[in-house]
Formats: sequence, structure tokens, C-alpha cells
Amino acid sequence: MSETVSHSEFVLPGIRCAACISKIEDGLSHTPGVHAARVNFTAKKVAVDHASTLDPAQIREAIRTFGFDAEPVLAEAPKADIESRELLKALGVAGFAAMNVMLLSVSVWSGAEGATRDLFHWLSALIAMPAVAYAGRPFFRSAWRALRHGHTNMDVPISIGVILATAMSLFETVTGGPHAYFDGAVALLFFLLAGRVLDSAMRDRARSSAASLLRQTAPGGLVLRPDGSTSWMAADRIDPGMRLLVAAGERSAADGLIEAGESAVDRSLITGESAAEAVKAGDRIIAGALNLDGPLTVRVTAAGPDTVIAGMARLMEAAGQTRSRYVRIADRAARYYAPAVHTLAAASFAGWMIAGAGWHQAMLIAVAVLIITCPCALGLAVPVAQVVAAGALMRRGILIKDGSALERLAEADTVRLDKTGTLTLGRPTPVGALSLEKEEASVALALARVSRHPLAVALASALEKQGTRAAELGRIAEIAGAGIAGEYAGAQVRLGHPDWVGAPDPGKVMATAFRLDGHAPHVIRFADALRPEAASAMNELKAMGMEPVIISGDRGEAVRPIAQALGMPAMVSLAPEDKLAAIERLERSGRKVLVVGDGLNDGPALAAGHVSIAPSSASDVGQNAADVVFLGDSLAPVPIALRAARRTQSIVRQNFALAIGYNVLAVPLALFGFVTPLVAAIAMSTSSILVVGNALRLRSCAR
Amino acid sequence: MNGLGLLIPVALLLGLGGLAAFFWSLSAGQFDDLDGAAMRILIDEDDSEAEAAQ
Repeated sequence: MSETVSHSEFVLPGIRCAACISKIEDGLSHTPGVHAARVNFTAKKVAVDHASTLDPAQIREAIRTFGFDAEPVLAEAPKADIESRELLKALGVAGFAAMNVMLLSVSVWSGAEGATRDLFHWLSALIAMPAVAYAGRPFFRSAWRALRHGHTNMDVPISIGVILATAMSLFETVTGGPHAYFDGAVALLFFLLAGRVLDSAMRDRARSSAASLLRQTAPGGLVLRPDGSTSWMAADRIDPGMRLLVAAGERSAADGLIEAGESAVDRSLITGESAAEAVKAGDRIIAGALNLDGPLTVRVTAAGPDTVIAGMARLMEAAGQTRSRYVRIADRAARYYAPAVHTLAAASFAGWMIAGAGWHQAMLIAVAVLIITCPCALGLAVPVAQVVAAGALMRRGILIKDGSALERLAEADTVRLDKTGTLTLGRPTPVGALSLEKEEASVALALARVSRHPLAVALASALEKQGTRAAELGRIAEIAGAGIAGEYAGAQVRLGHPDWVGAPDPGKVMATAFRLDGHAPHVIRFADALRPEAASAMNELKAMGMEPVIISGDRGEAVRPIAQALGMPAMVSLAPEDKLAAIERLERSGRKVLVVGDGLNDGPALAAGHVSIAPSSASDVGQNAADVVFLGDSLAPVPIALRAARRTQSIVRQNFALAIGYNVLAVPLALFGFVTPLVAAIAMSTSSILVVGNALRLRSCAR
Repeated sequence: MNGLGLLIPVALLLGLGGLAAFFWSLSAGQFDDLDGAAMRILIDEDDSEAEAAQ
């Protein structure tokens, strides 16, 4: 192939059925420049191989014409993928070994004796030992890591149990003894690996759909040299003092002062505010801001690590450190469980030695105690419950990044919410019904579709939702700072600033005007509306004892109507540092804060909270900092996620109780030497099935 | 005993064959899109040659 092929991936939140898959794949394969397109329904993504001349924005547009929203994402992080693949391979090996060893063990249990039994034990050893060495690595590695740092976790008793059981069984085999626990060791690994695989599958699913959402921050920009020539430079090579050309539709790659040009910029990436801000020479612009109308020349004042956006990232990193110290519930349980089990095994060994049983029999009983108490059901108790809950939530459009997020969400007792983009939609929507006639509406749509201005985009989407079809227009031109003009059936049409269109001044509100020559001009007002179901969601949070409070960076008068409509208190005019400080103050006083926010300015607060939720419309900074991301406009997912997390936690506790109850019954049997490999195998499987069955009750937890 | 001498290697080889097939299917990406595979069977390919050509 002579041309170079590029690979792009897009998230498709809207695909639901087989018809969607074929529509997108079919449509893309007929798009010129696209070589191949493959939809991954599980991850709700499409991978496209295309000519490098076709840029991702065009493909995104193409997908939009098929009726689907698409967000470009970074191609998958390979590391996470390798990890879950390793686990799956280990699971395959453990499954193979467990089945074959069990087959041989069954014949031993049914009475094979003498040479046949020895042969079967040897065969089991040959299968089990490489399998344990291979499939046990994830546990051994993590146990070793914990021990080296002087901690203990669930993997320590698992590793000790498996290794001791294998070694003891090998000794039995060599000496021709009757009891070998090879089947127990590999079956244990198989069950535990199943739990691990589920856990990592959950993390992968969330990662692929949410964590890597990328809102194209500028990778670089066009630099104007003193001699008048221009060259494109990567963001990290841009220095203060350089002059940067930012074309309409581009994001600024550095912070700076505008030297020339007049335009409107969309800073929603940084602030979450949707309203475009008019800028002129002498105004400041920060990296990541989207230039909407006209070209700008910017004198760079800060670049790379010194930009506002990079500073915010550092603040977030520092704030996120408290969360990385969180200890998961399974590991907390292991802190008590592991020492108890090991003491018990050691005590039974000592006890039988004192009773005069001989070290061989004492050792066998100690190993039996270790195998019986090996936290098989405990290892499954948490991941199965969390995976089932995360799957149920995912079907409701709520993505959980990992299991610990569910645990922390269940512990949250206070909630703090951002206003713009979180309680509100974060984008303008037309106020009231559109007063345009059918013909006017179709002309307005044709004009609005041309522009990237947020009001034009909002108008276009509102008209499309009404089922309006765009009219055929001629001579369309976008005039910077004014609006869009065109010709329809010989008549002049204009959409844009009310003054320019010739409409009455609507005052200090977001508004645009439309005029078809020969008709009266129409003023269309916009507002950042509350999310649907915001009020009921807040009431539910109050009923759950979460004490919701607004923390907003906005002015008091902008926040007041929202706070009144929702009947909740608000803190206003907070800089990102103030939000962070407010959250940290609460955390220090012992509250576990759930932070709901979307913008870059919420990033540090999202990272500092005990747990955080962001809408999928959030800036990529917000989405990366949040533990939970919900799709769609409605705010109802927040209480749903909270309720599901609490219910999951109670199921996890029940599972722990089941697993421990089983131990209470089985340990005395082991202590008195009644546990044979057969009893161990039955006990282990029964407790695992019980735990899994209990966890499956969570399938309806997101309703 | 002779029966065992034949059957055990056969059973193990079959098991190993299954394991090898699992490893292969894993590396070939067959487990990447489980829900999609269930959906794709419903796609009617009669009217799209492009799909069939793949």
C-alpha cells in the first residue's frame, strides 16, 4: 500500500442493537478514505483504519450523519490489556489443570489403590505443579509485594496455602501416601482467578469507555517567526515570547495575551462554562481555550508545564494522593483473617505434635486447616458482587471505574455538587418553544449548522430534534463576531447577534436573532437549563442523608435561581483552590464526601473527594479525575449509583458472613483431622457457589 | 491397566488441545467483543456486499 494508514478509535455511547452495528460499519466502509471499520459492541467503540489524509474530525462528522454521537478516544492503553489477558491465560491453565486433576482424584476417592493410586498421584503432580507455578503467579507476586512492605493482604494466606498444599502433596506422592491435595490447590486457584478476571474485566470496560475520553487539547500550534514565516511546533517546544497563530476552530496551545484579532472563545474545557466569551487585543487566553470565530495572534506568556491547565493537573495529582491510600474492604478483612488462619494452622500443628501424632500427620492436618480456611469464598465475595453491580449500572449508563469506587461510594455521607455542567446541562438550550414558522425553521437550521458557535450548535440541535429539515441555501458566509448570512430563494437571511440582524436588543441574556427578508426578525433566548430530574435527584439525596450543597465558581446571582429551584444551600465564587480547600476541610472533620463535578476547575475537588462522579459531558480532566461517569442528560444516575453502591456493600457483607460461617463449620472438622481431600473439594465449591448466587441478586440493583 | 495407558494420554491431549485453542482464540481477539458477537448474528447481510466481502 503506498499511502499511510492511520488508526482512530471513537466511543459510541448510543449504540444499542445489531442494526446500529451494521449501519455504522456499512456507512463507514462506504466513506471515501476509510479502509476498514469494526464496531466493538461491548466497549461501545468503533476502530477505524483510514487514510492519514482523513482526519478524525471528518470521520466523527461521518458517523454523526448516520445518526450516532461519537467521541474520539486515545487508542487503548496496551498495559491494562496485557494484564487482563495474562489473568485469562492463567484462568485457562488453572481450569485445564483443575478438570484433569479432579478426574484423577475422583478415581482415587472411589477406591483406587496401590500402584494405580501412585500413578494417578504422579500424573496429578505432573499436571498440577506447572499449573500452580503458572496460574499462581498473580497471587505470589502480589503477596510478595505486600510482605516486602511489611503488610499482609488476601494473597498472603492464598499463596501460603497453595504452596504448602502442593509441597505436602508432592511429599505424599513421593512416599506413596494416601492423601494428595493437588485437586484442592488448583481448584482454589481456579475459583480465585475467576474472581480476579471479573474484577479486571470491570476495570477494563470502564477504562475503555470513560477514562480515555479525549477532548483534543491542542498538541501544538502554528508559530509566527520574527521574519514572517510560520511553522508548526509541538506544545512542549513553544516558549514564552513566541507569537502563536490560532485559527478559528483551533485550541490555543499555550497561555498568552492576544496581540491582534477579535473573536469569541469557548473555555468550556477549562471552566465548564458554555457561554462564548468575546475577546479582543490585550485580553488573556489560556491553553485549551477553543477559538470560535476569527483568527487570533497570541503572544505566549506561559507554555508547557507553566500553563494554568498544567498547574491544575499538579494540584489534582497532589489531591488524589489521599485516595490512593484507601484500603479495599477485602484487604482490610485480610488484616484480621490472615494472622488468625496462620495462628490456627500453627496451633493445630503444635497441638497434634504434643498429642503425639508424629510430625507427618500433624503437618497433614495443618495443611488441611490452611486449605479449608483458604479464602476461596472471601476471594470471590467482593469481586463477584461488584462486577454484577457494575454490569447492572452500566446498563443504566453509569460507568464505574473500579471496584474500590463502589466501596467508597457506599461509604459517602455528604455530597457537594458543582453548578454549571453538573446541576445544569452546561450548554445553552433555547428557552420556551421556538416561534419560527416551518419555512423559517428550515432556513435557520441550514444557517446554524454552518457555525461552531455554541448558540448556533444549540439552535441546530433543537431544530433537528423537532424534525426540521435544512433548506437549500446559497452564498453562506460566517462573519466573525456577528453571525452567519446566506441567500434563500433570492432573499437575504441572517442568523447571529441581535444588533447585526436588526432585532430589538434583548438585554443582558444569552440570545441570538434570526431574520428572513420580508419577515419580522425573531429573537431566540437561551439559558443553561437544569438537568432533567435534577430536583427529584436532589430530594432523593436529601432523603438519603447526604446533605447536598452547591459549590460553584460562579457569581452569587447566577447560582441563586438554581439553588432556590432545588432548595439547597450554595457556596459561591469559589476558585478551584477554594473548592479543594472546602472538600479537604470536610474530609478532615471525618466526613466522606462525594463530589459531583465536571469542569477542569472541579478537577482538584474531584480528586480530593472520598469518591467522585462526573457526567459524560464533562471536560476530560473531570472525567479522568472521577470514579464514576454517567451518560446522558438526566441527573437521576447520581442517587441510583449511590443506592446501588450501598446495596452492593450490604451484599458483600452478607458474602463475608457466609464465607466466615462456612469456616466456623469446617475448621473444627479440619482441626480434628476429619478433612480429606474429598471433603475439602466439596466444602470449597459449595461455599463459592453460595457466594456467587448471593451476588447475582444484585442484577436488578440499578432499577 | 492397558486401557488406562491409552485413555489417560488421550484425555490429557484433548485437554491440552482445548487449552491451546483457548490461548489461540485469546490472542486472536475472539474475547474482545462478546456482546457484539451475539448481536452480529442478527445482522442481515443480504443487502450489504461490503459486509460479505470482509
